[in-house]
Amino acid sequence: MQFFLNLTLGGIASGMIVAAVALGLVLIFRSTNVVNFAQGAMAMITTYVAYGVLRDGADYWLGFVVALAAGLVFGAVTQIVVIRPVQNKSPLNAIIVTFGFLILLEGLAGAIYGGTNRVFPAPFSVVGQKLGGTQIAFSPFDVFTVVAVLVLMVGMLAVFRGTDLGLRMRAVAFAPETARLLGVRVRPLLTLGWALAVSAGALAALLVVPTAQLTPNFMDVILIYGFTAAVVGGLDSPVGALVGGLVTGLSLAYVGGYLGGSLEPMAALALVIVSLMIRPEGLFSRPAPRRV
Amino acid sequence: MGGVRSTVQTLTGKRWFRLPRQPMLRHLSFMAVAMVILYFLTQWLSAFNDYQVGQIAFYAIALVGLTLLTGINGQISLGHGGFMAVGAFTYALLVEHTTWGLIPDLLVAVVATAVAGLVIGIPATRLRGPYLAGMTLTVALGLPYITTQYETVFGGDQGLTTPPPTGPAWVNPTEWVTWIQLFGALIVLVLVANLLRSRFGRSFRAVRDDEIAASLAGIHVARTKVTAFMVSAGCAGLAGAFLALSAGVVNSGEFALSLSIYLLAGMVIGGTGSLMGVWWGAIIIVYLPTDWATSIANAFHANTQVSANLAVIIFGLVLVVTMLLAPGGIQGGFRWVGARVGAYFSSGGVSNMTLSLQESTDPPVSDGEPVMTIKKQGV
Repeated sequence: MQFFLNLTLGGIASGMIVAAVALGLVLIFRSTNVVNFAQGAMAMITTYVAYGVLRDGADYWLGFVVALAAGLVFGAVTQIVVIRPVQNKSPLNAIIVTFGFLILLEGLAGAIYGGTNRVFPAPFSVVGQKLGGTQIAFSPFDVFTVVAVLVLMVGMLAVFRGTDLGLRMRAVAFAPETARLLGVRVRPLLTLGWALAVSAGALAALLVVPTAQLTPNFMDVILIYGFTAAVVGGLDSPVGALVGGLVTGLSLAYVGGYLGGSLEPMAALALVIVSLMIRPEGLFSRPAPRRV
Repeated sequence: MGGVRSTVQTLTGKRWFRLPRQPMLRHLSFMAVAMVILYFLTQWLSAFNDYQVGQIAFYAIALVGLTLLTGINGQISLGHGGFMAVGAFTYALLVEHTTWGLIPDLLVAVVATAVAGLVIGIPATRLRGPYLAGMTLTVALGLPYITTQYETVFGGDQGLTTPPPTGPAWVNPTEWVTWIQLFGALIVLVLVANLLRSRFGRSFRAVRDDEIAASLAGIHVARTKVTAFMVSAGCAGLAGAFLALSAGVVNSGEFALSLSIYLLAGMVIGGTGSLMGVWWGAIIIVYLPTDWATSIANAFHANTQVSANLAVIIFGLVLVVTMLLAPGGIQGGFRWVGARVGAYFSSGGVSNMTLSLQESTDPPVSDGEPVMTIKKQGV
């Protein structure tokens, strides 16, 4: 029972991280119909940037802010330079471009930083706490993880629902042509969407890296889980990203705990297949009629 | 395929040689010629070069599968390295536990991989591009973990050994393996070329160009997509088994994500949807990560850290740049040049129309033979 409880707690913490990755994927897919396979690799780069800042003796929180800001800039630049030219071409082109960008970034990181594992600090202890005499697998850092992702989600929700800018972004995602006709400047908003999404990915990477280690491909598997969560929740639903993230995190924690950790990626695949068979459009998005 | 002329004309315009009109006969005669040329090539090359020619052969097989799936049928796979792993491990397990012989082992490896393709392909029929891409990426990343989970079956990090088949005494063993691989590649090319000329090939293209129009024309879209996926996976399985054949050992390290990346890049560089383009792609996959990357790194006096990652960087860069600037790849470039030269020498609206035909579909879903879209311009 205690084992199950610990798996559940661990699943919730990792599920929140997965949800942040999924949120980044969803933000981009909603507005541009592109699944950004480079999301994880871009977050890896921002983490290396933060690592460089911390190595020079800066405070953790400075590194934290630098990583998120780097995500904003990196996302915007990428959207303008790489994504815009393939935006209105065949969807296959966009997939190949983001995938190519993923390996380009991993190759560059390997060339610059080498393949060695680096330890990235955590702001809080990553060791589980004692609660009433029993050791539970929920560390202060896990609490921080849950809070950080919740803040991200609530913040995004507030921006999208409560501000003029958010309204325009939703309009662009919902009907770009109509939005343009109504005077919304579409292209800068798409760029902003990418910036926010990559910043969300950067946050996820900061939450993963203390318990993993910093290598050029440490986000590969996390990206897969984020994709799984996004599919489970519905590729165009931010709420679905949160729920999908928790479902994915918990499922993988149980599979890893009871069957073996090496099976987790294939369990993610099984989860994608099952959820697509049962509910192809995801839990939280409406089936969209396909236009002829 | 569209560029193959069925007649060869002399300068005077008199036909001195006519290729068979029937696709099977035509493709088989190409194969016979290619076999003779390749036989002399292997005789002429050294043993190590033979090994690399064999590698080119099996990468070409995998690329045929991938280009059929993506270029002809419009589905994308980022995980064809994973399917190669299925084929290779199936072959290795058969070699270890049975004594069926080479041909049955290879066939079972192909069938097993096609079944794996079926498992992925069925949910894929309900999906658009990005879902399938993500699923296949998961396959490529996740499969190697399975071999570490079941170490006793798959031999863990060491992997399984696959002793190469022994040929007749008068044949050099490396050459024998190379011949098998080349022969296999030619057979696959002929079979797939025939398939593409058949009802199946037309259905593949029709589904790629417009699913709804295809289903209105009586094509079973889901079945067509699954068929394409199974054929494609089967090709990758044979390629994997051939990889095991020449490597002599199969372990999960050979099927890292980079393999899938190389395959995708090879297809895109060669020219998506072009059966001849696969050879360009295969040559680049074999030589770029080893010979060329080392030469480039040496030329720039790069340290080992850079040179180890150079191939991946180049492939990534090439994928992005090709997609942005020249989605037709190498074969697309040839086609472009050929069309311009043809337009220069011939006159009138015919060449204009063929030009606009080739440019009308949006690469990479373009192999020069659009089924549904016909735009007539400049006539």
